[in-house]
Amino acid sequence: MTPTWAQVAYLVAAICFILALKGLSSPKTARSGNLLGAAGALLALVVVFFAEHLTHLALIVVAIVVGGVVGAVIARRVKMTQMPQLVALFNGVGGAAAALVALLDLHEAAGSGAAGVSRFHLVILGFTIFVGSVSFLGSMVTFAKLQELITTRPILFPGLPVVFGCSLAASAVLWGLLVANTSVLGGVVLALVGLLLGLWLVLPVGGADVPIVISLLNAFTGLAVAADGYVLGNTLLLVGGTLVGASGTFLTRLMASAMGRSLPNILFGAFRGGSTLGSTAMSDRPVRSAGPQDVAILLNYAHRVIVVPGYGLAVAQAQHTLRELVDVLSDRGAEVDYAIHPVAGRMPGHMNVLLAEANVPYEQLKEMDVINGDFKQADVVLVVGANDVVNPAARTTPGAPIYGMPILNAGDAKQVVFMKRSMRPGFAGIENELMFDPKTTLLFGDAKETMGKLLAAVKAM
Amino acid sequence: MSDAVVWLTFFVLSVFVGTEVISKVSSTLHTPLMSGANAIHGIILLGAILVAGTAHSTTVLAIGLVAVFLATLNVVGGFVVTDRMLEMFRGHRRRQATEPAHEPAQSPPEPPR
Repeated sequence: MTPTWAQVAYLVAAICFILALKGLSSPKTARSGNLLGAAGALLALVVVFFAEHLTHLALIVVAIVVGGVVGAVIARRVKMTQMPQLVALFNGVGGAAAALVALLDLHEAAGSGAAGVSRFHLVILGFTIFVGSVSFLGSMVTFAKLQELITTRPILFPGLPVVFGCSLAASAVLWGLLVANTSVLGGVVLALVGLLLGLWLVLPVGGADVPIVISLLNAFTGLAVAADGYVLGNTLLLVGGTLVGASGTFLTRLMASAMGRSLPNILFGAFRGGSTLGSTAMSDRPVRSAGPQDVAILLNYAHRVIVVPGYGLAVAQAQHTLRELVDVLSDRGAEVDYAIHPVAGRMPGHMNVLLAEANVPYEQLKEMDVINGDFKQADVVLVVGANDVVNPAARTTPGAPIYGMPILNAGDAKQVVFMKRSMRPGFAGIENELMFDPKTTLLFGDAKETMGKLLAAVKAM
Repeated sequence: MSDAVVWLTFFVLSVFVGTEVISKVSSTLHTPLMSGANAIHGIILLGAILVAGTAHSTTVLAIGLVAVFLATLNVVGGFVVTDRMLEMFRGHRRRQATEPAHEPAQSPPEPPR
């Protein structure tokens, strides 16, 4: 039994977690909130070693040190642009850990005979094993999609809904069997079916919706951890896991509504006959392209310029050059703002992080609702490495994967300049009509290089 | 009150707290918040330690240690990466706050603009 002082310490850690979440929801307190959460975790880690009678201490410490060093090094070294997939990766390993803990507890329960454990205990064990497995492989697939190890377009094969339904039914049956007849093998099979379901759940999700799925899987892992808390009789796991499960579910809904999407539509939209848009056949259509010199002239005579930054900007590391360009234009009297779509980059708020890294003043970053009315007055809209967030298909084409997503009104401006590497479609994998608009100019090339040339051309004027 | 009901009470209350504390989050902070919550569920590390520390067979110990490793990766990596994201916000706000008042004093450490 856990001693009382340790229980109290767990309560303190749980309070740290609550205050951490509270802190993280406001810009002023976000960083201290995160540190408080880390302090709570550290406190709990120290307490568990002193409060419980544990063996194999040396090996456990080695595993912690190795995990801690690897985790810290990856988290420190990763590029800012790759953060979304890193969150997916960490979430996945957390889910795997939750499932493994439950499997080992099941092994213990099976060893002690059916008399030792209650039915309810087994129900919860089955839940953790299943949900942890779904979260693990689901997160790994989102990782692969964001890292572009596999295609970012929805992956569908005939009969997927049937396979999905069968897997779901199979897991329900296995869950029931596990409760009726405690066996480790049953748990392992349940875990395998959970892995498959994680795969089926995430494969059909289109690239642009992946962040929302990460948030959902994050909530799943939280619930699996909470269930482990009940199984092991540890209040901190229960409270911490439930906090994440609840806040994660709520956050998923917030994100989905920021993108104008519904969760069922994101998860199962592709099942209802996927969109046929995105066939690259249309890319041969004529577009108007220009060189940096021409665009420099456009910018030089513009009074109102709006920059729409996208993921491509950050990948090319061109945000510093862009900021210089904006500074030069502002010094010459133009009014320049950045229009930040809620999901610019790869996740809500991702672009704010990336531009903050490039020292872009906060007041120049305008949220979509604030700036959408200003596009009509804009002389030039400079779309850098963005595509889906200005794609009118979100309004006009009901079959498109991004249909219903709020977009920036770049098309209202007098001139639109797209800086793009190629005619390759955006993350959602669909054609953008705006690029074929007569008032649109395309400036091809690597964003950093082209931006450098553009900056030089503007400075020379 | 049976044991399971006590746990259910913890669970239900935590659901309300978890939803309530983040209900006013601005969309700018969605990513760091998700990442921070992600780190918090790394507390499964405690569970992994408990299981590994009470293992009676080598197989259980080995799997338990794998769980300890994965959970540590989750908790340490999660908090560190969240901190890195938020570092950007903080550096930025401080500049904004101090620049008008102490521009000459602040200018040497500032990066060239």
